[in-house]
Amino acid sequence: MRDDLYSGTGQDPARDAGHTNAPPRVGFFTDTSVCIGCKACEVACKEWNAIPEDGLTLTGMSYDNTGGLGASTWRHVAFVEQPTPSGRTMLPLVEPDRAAGGPAEATGMRWLMSSDVCKHCTHAACLDVCPTGSLFRTEFGTVVVQEDICNGCGVCVPACPYGVIEQRPTDGRAFKCTMCYDRLGAGQEPACAKACPTESIQFGPLDELRERAALRVEQLHDAGVTEARLYGHEPDNGVGGDGAFFLLLDEPEVYGLPPDPVVTTRDLPAMWRHAGIAALSLAGSAALSFVLPALTRRKARR
Amino acid sequence: MTPDTSRTPAAGPDSYYGRPVIKAPSWSAQDIAGYFFLGGLAGAGSVLAAGAQLTGRTTTATALKVSSLTAVGLSAAALIHDLGRPSRFPNMLRVFKPTSPMSMGSWLLSAYGPAAGAAALCAASGRLPKAGAAATTAAALLGPALATYTAVLAADTAVPAWHGVHRELPYLFAASATGAASGMALAVGPLHENAPARCAAALAALADVAALRAVERRLDTVAVTYQEGRAGTLMRAARALTAAGAAGAVLFGHRSRAAAAGAGLALLAGSACTRFGVFAAGIASAEDPAHTVGPQREAVARRTAHSK
Repeated sequence: MRDDLYSGTGQDPARDAGHTNAPPRVGFFTDTSVCIGCKACEVACKEWNAIPEDGLTLTGMSYDNTGGLGASTWRHVAFVEQPTPSGRTMLPLVEPDRAAGGPAEATGMRWLMSSDVCKHCTHAACLDVCPTGSLFRTEFGTVVVQEDICNGCGVCVPACPYGVIEQRPTDGRAFKCTMCYDRLGAGQEPACAKACPTESIQFGPLDELRERAALRVEQLHDAGVTEARLYGHEPDNGVGGDGAFFLLLDEPEVYGLPPDPVVTTRDLPAMWRHAGIAALSLAGSAALSFVLPALTRRKARR
Repeated sequence: MTPDTSRTPAAGPDSYYGRPVIKAPSWSAQDIAGYFFLGGLAGAGSVLAAGAQLTGRTTTATALKVSSLTAVGLSAAALIHDLGRPSRFPNMLRVFKPTSPMSMGSWLLSAYGPAAGAAALCAASGRLPKAGAAATTAAALLGPALATYTAVLAADTAVPAWHGVHRELPYLFAASATGAASGMALAVGPLHENAPARCAAALAALADVAALRAVERRLDTVAVTYQEGRAGTLMRAARALTAAGAAGAVLFGHRSRAAAAGAGLALLAGSACTRFGVFAAGIASAEDPAHTVGPQREAVARRTAHSK
């Protein structure tokens, strides 16, 4: 398998993509244990990037009327309403005695809130499959769509193992989070991280964020929050590590995240090989179809 | 305020309120499944046309060249229609990118299209026979790739019913393309020239059954997306039409013009149903989060068991 065919096969995607003087790779660490579901990130993202509205319909589930990431939602806050035996929202912010007898128990529900975003994968399937070069790797190691080059073929949409990128119905072109490429260029942090009041969304050099995340998990485990876990932080996961990773308090699928995403182009050499063999067998069986009748006719004549 | 949990789906352990984990392609079935079918018909048709040309079956050869040109023209139109604006198509040829099946396909289409066009025009007009022969050869060499690359286009996605069978799908597409082209040859060629088409129809039907069985075995629980709903109906119709077409071609294809034409049309319809069925199965698998989460959970479980 030729590794250099792919965008970013190593751990330094910006340099792999040809940025020789790339700054350190940056990313998001979203600590959902302190998310309060205020949606400031969603709003800040919309405002800064001038994203159109999603429509004013109610989803009829939870208090989340955005539903998920899409062409016009680059940050999405999930509201997970879970029936639990104790009804306790297991956060260290709440003292155990108070939580046990608190108002949460009366409803028997716990709330998990989590701000989702494009993962800016180290091995990005959307970027690999884009036929126009519209999707590109920035010097910061992030993945961005160029609006003027995207031709609306839509192949990046099903390629994304996280279901992030989407075509805008009115336009046909694909849109997603740019990690505020314009702000990064000006030395600023992305709008969502800037607006987050609880530091649930942390922005910075990816290495630093991974260290910080490891400390935070340890801290939560020590505080008895055993269900705290990191998601997308491993540099050797199915997508080569996420540029945006998370601290979750339940299984990833509960938040609408895939439990084991794999970059789809990983199997591409095998796919091309099988397509080649299939093409040859098509040609072979066609040839056979001309040879067989000729042979049987000759036999019949004898 | 307590939410009315009786009417809202619970945020269960399997997915976020039952919402899909990945995004289903927003491609219209008519455009993209149609593109799959027409590309297969054109590509495999060029191969049969070259064979017919070589063995002196000139009527069939000319008819197949014209059908391939028509099919590739329509498939390009379908692709451009899916982009929304024709002015967006040239961006497809901005880069040459082997990691993008769509890019490879666009280049393939822009090489195959003119070859198929020249082959058809030379054959229909009877002029420039040497150029016609060269174009026929070029189209026949590119045709098989055109027929199978679309399987990679579908499989190189996170869509469970497509990616899960990335090894098997090219063979299913090759078989389906051969079925369509042999069907076209039976429908348009004279009786005394259709022996190879009958043989190809039989081979295609056998390969189709084998490839589909391999697909369903590989997919395990996701295989239901090929068996239920719209995809199930289409795949059952495809199986029946292909079997009936191949049987009709082998048993009666050399005796009656009407039988040959009927068998040919059944094979064409069978191939179209296969492509639309595969497309529908993909959409169904992307829309149900269980098909994304289930196999991935198993993969995690396998890995944990392995590392222990």
